[in-house]
Amino acid sequence: MLSARDVSHAYGSLRALDGITFTLDRGQTLAIFGPNGAGKTTLLKVLAGLIHPRHGTVQLAGGRRAIGWIGHQSQLYGPLTVVENLLFWASLYDVPAAERRTRADELIGRLGLGGQAQQQARTLSRGQAQRAAIARALVHDPSVLLLDEPFTGLDRVAAEELRRLLGELAAAGRATVLVTHNVEEGTELASDIAFMRAGRFVAFGPRAGRDAVSLAASYREAVGGG
Amino acid sequence: MTLVQRGRWVTVIALLLLGGVYVRALVFTPEERLQGLAQKIYYVHVPSSWSAMLAMGLLGLASILFLFLKDPRYDRFAAASAEVGTAFSLVMLTTGPLWAKPIWGTWWTWDARLTLTLMMFFMFVGYLVLRGAVTDPALRARYSAVLGICGLVLLPFIHLSVYLFRTLHPMPIVLKPSAPSAPPAMVITLLSSFAVFTLLYVGFVMQRYALGEASNDA
Amino acid sequence: MADLVRHAWLVARKDLYLEFRSRTAITSALVFTALVLVVFEHGRDPTAVATIDLAPSILWVTFSFAGMLTLNRAFNAELENQALDGLLLAPISRTSLFWGKLVANLAFVAVVQITGLLLFTLFFNVPVWRVWAPLVAVMILATVGFIAVGTLFSAMVVRTRFAELMLPVLLLPFLLPPLIAAVEATVKLLGGRPLSEISGWLRLLAAYDVTFVTLATLLFPATVTE
Repeated sequence: MLSARDVSHAYGSLRALDGITFTLDRGQTLAIFGPNGAGKTTLLKVLAGLIHPRHGTVQLAGGRRAIGWIGHQSQLYGPLTVVENLLFWASLYDVPAAERRTRADELIGRLGLGGQAQQQARTLSRGQAQRAAIARALVHDPSVLLLDEPFTGLDRVAAEELRRLLGELAAAGRATVLVTHNVEEGTELASDIAFMRAGRFVAFGPRAGRDAVSLAASYREAVGGG
Repeated sequence: MTLVQRGRWVTVIALLLLGGVYVRALVFTPEERLQGLAQKIYYVHVPSSWSAMLAMGLLGLASILFLFLKDPRYDRFAAASAEVGTAFSLVMLTTGPLWAKPIWGTWWTWDARLTLTLMMFFMFVGYLVLRGAVTDPALRARYSAVLGICGLVLLPFIHLSVYLFRTLHPMPIVLKPSAPSAPPAMVITLLSSFAVFTLLYVGFVMQRYALGEASNDA
Repeated sequence: MADLVRHAWLVARKDLYLEFRSRTAITSALVFTALVLVVFEHGRDPTAVATIDLAPSILWVTFSFAGMLTLNRAFNAELENQALDGLLLAPISRTSLFWGKLVANLAFVAVVQITGLLLFTLFFNVPVWRVWAPLVAVMILATVGFIAVGTLFSAMVVRTRFAELMLPVLLLPFLLPPLIAAVEATVKLLGGRPLSEISGWLRLLAAYDVTFVTLATLLFPATVTE
């Protein structure tokens, strides 16, 4: 569904990515842990096609249209209401006009934003905005989810809810790549784990049932400090 | 020998040659009949405007190459060329009025060439200001390449519009297609000053490029 | 091509709708235009300079300032929640995105210019109505290319420090050719000269428009994609 083969990217002598290779199938979730500056966001941008890497190839079934991106920024237009935001993004993805409204309403219901649907996005709380951002990313029913530190700024309850939702989406057959610097945040969602440092996967493999505590120890060992 | 050392040598040689050109200009080149001694400033003014234009042209060319090849060396060269071009533009913009005051009776006029060179100076400055305002080296390189290309394309339009507007600048008489109407001694002095200023440009850019290489290893 | 135009229109319509919601940029641009006209009227000695001699310069300096003011708006809304990343991820071409932004900017500038022209006629008692058609043609020709470069640059400067100051510094040299041509043509038009006398200027403006709309369209992807 999503694969990267020997992806390397550099600016001058500054190596951002170095020989990244992996394959992700339906229902799999790859969690990439690494410190700031390890190249995690660069990798996501390469996967999304926002950066053309110097070497290597990325293959994505369905192309750009298949991607749903959730970052720590909501990508919502503040002056537009939640519904208007969803309708705009749906139209950009060529969701048929007749389906846009039902799709938006369904997502609003599912994410518990019923009370905020007609509210301008700029008036939402951090947690509500994050849920609206998720609705925005799902409005075109993407098959691949790219998540860039999606838990940043969320309180414990909101983070828990997001984890549950992401679990559901993976169970429904989506492939997910999640990057974060916090091992505790993504572990239980992941089917596969990678540790990243200085543009490389220093460790990569299936999670095999390990929990966050034992992973955190390996992470410190592999990445150092962290 | 490192690049900066080589650049320094080229600059030193160019400066010595510049001294030579000026000895020749003052001692062995005939005085212009109407303009007298003031005309001697030509041997700095005209070649420095040449070097500034060379700098702008190569800046634009390096920008195009950068966008196609994404090689940071072109970006570094463009930056070096812009700084050196700014310096030459300044020389041109200060020597111009020094000559214009006794000959035209005014420091500045809004003549086509003057406006064009002033705008070129502003474009160099704008280019450097933009570079200073972007911290990410990859982003800075792309942004400045875009600006460099736009600037290069703009120059003919400025030239055309100010030219249609008004001009009273002395027309080039040395390099015009028919036989030069200036005495051969003057022509040789002027042409050698062109060569010397080109060499100066090369020397300065080599040093500046080497500095850029050292300061951001990006 | 149909997709290109449709996506561009979606982006432009969204921009116009955003502005319609808040109305900050357009209101300030209109008030600014009126103020500049008032300041010009009081910044001249009516016994020394006749209005008709100064009118073309007043008109075009006002238009230039107001045009530059509206340009800052275009990409600010996109950066608020990093919505720009969403647009870049969406399955629309960079060209659609740029044209959408350009069309929205041109619509803003058109509103400001039409209002400015009406106020100008009112304040300065200049016989504009006799030459309105060719004058509007000059206004369009002198605006399109310049706003294209401005849209391109505004996509860059929003991510720099001192963005509001940076834009005029970069843009003013590009204003010079259209400004000279527009002022010269307006002088001739208001002076009642035959149209044949301005055809050279119109050709220059048209060449400028074609060149810079093309160039800006080609260069825009380099400002947003690595």
